[in-house]
Amino acid sequence: MTQKQLPEEFYPLLEELQATDFVLVELTLYLDTHPHDQAAIQQFNEFAHYRHQLKLRVEEYYGPLQQYGNSYSATPWNWNDSPWPWQI
Amino acid sequence: MWFYEKKLQYPVRVKECNPMLAKFLIEQYGGADGELSAALRYLNQRYSIPDKVVGLLTDIGTEEFAHLEMIATMIYKLTKDLTGEQMREAGLGGRYTDHDNGLFYENTDRTPWTAAYVQAKGDPIADLYEDIAAEEKARATYQWIINMSDDPWINDSLKFLREREVVHSQRFREAVEIIKEDQNTKKVF
Repeated sequence: MTQKQLPEEFYPLLEELQATDFVLVELTLYLDTHPHDQAAIQQFNEFAHYRHQLKLRVEEYYGPLQQYGNSYSATPWNWNDSPWPWQI
Repeated sequence: MWFYEKKLQYPVRVKECNPMLAKFLIEQYGGADGELSAALRYLNQRYSIPDKVVGLLTDIGTEEFAHLEMIATMIYKLTKDLTGEQMREAGLGGRYTDHDNGLFYENTDRTPWTAAYVQAKGDPIADLYEDIAAEEKARATYQWIINMSDDPWINDSLKFLREREVVHSQRFREAVEIIKEDQNTKKVF
């Protein structure tokens, strides 16, 4: 199986996205049971904005993270490119 | 509708194959208190639970699928490139005979996953207590596996998953209070 070689600088970016998403999932679950916490909502929205930019930087190296039109494709279609998450 | 994101929720690093550890981890893949059971339990309960906690069940249920992918990744990496003989020596001969290195939803003793693991009573308090218990059982299972594992990389990922169970349990406890408050309010009218 030939896999796309990812440059060294990709890995810290991926970890930063994982860390950012951790903040977001924690705030999501917290807000599900604390819907009036204004400070948490503000932090959620700030991280959601940062996440949007970070995702684009990760995709420059890795290709599309999502499908159904939530990511753009290069030519040829690169959604199916290895490595998949369990191969990294 | 769901979206798949092409990344793990938390890194899974494996330095060396360890089929014995993989055998134990399958419990969290297709066992009673594993991640598949968790995801299907919460997402299925959403349809009969009061609106106020549907978001929580949706979000935790979705996160469980990310955990399922992390467990699959551990098993995949721990058994990759092993020979049949190595699988047999680790007590995985039966599994290898049936599936080679294909994953199967079963527990560590090879009992196939069953819908009987997923309770749905249709009563919000009963269902949420079920969910709290499920999270605590999953937390305990992660702890027992960590106790048996000497792989620092896998243990790092397992400790992340163990802590997620603690957070989920906490959120479900809060959901119980939200439901109780709601039920008490309704009595006033």
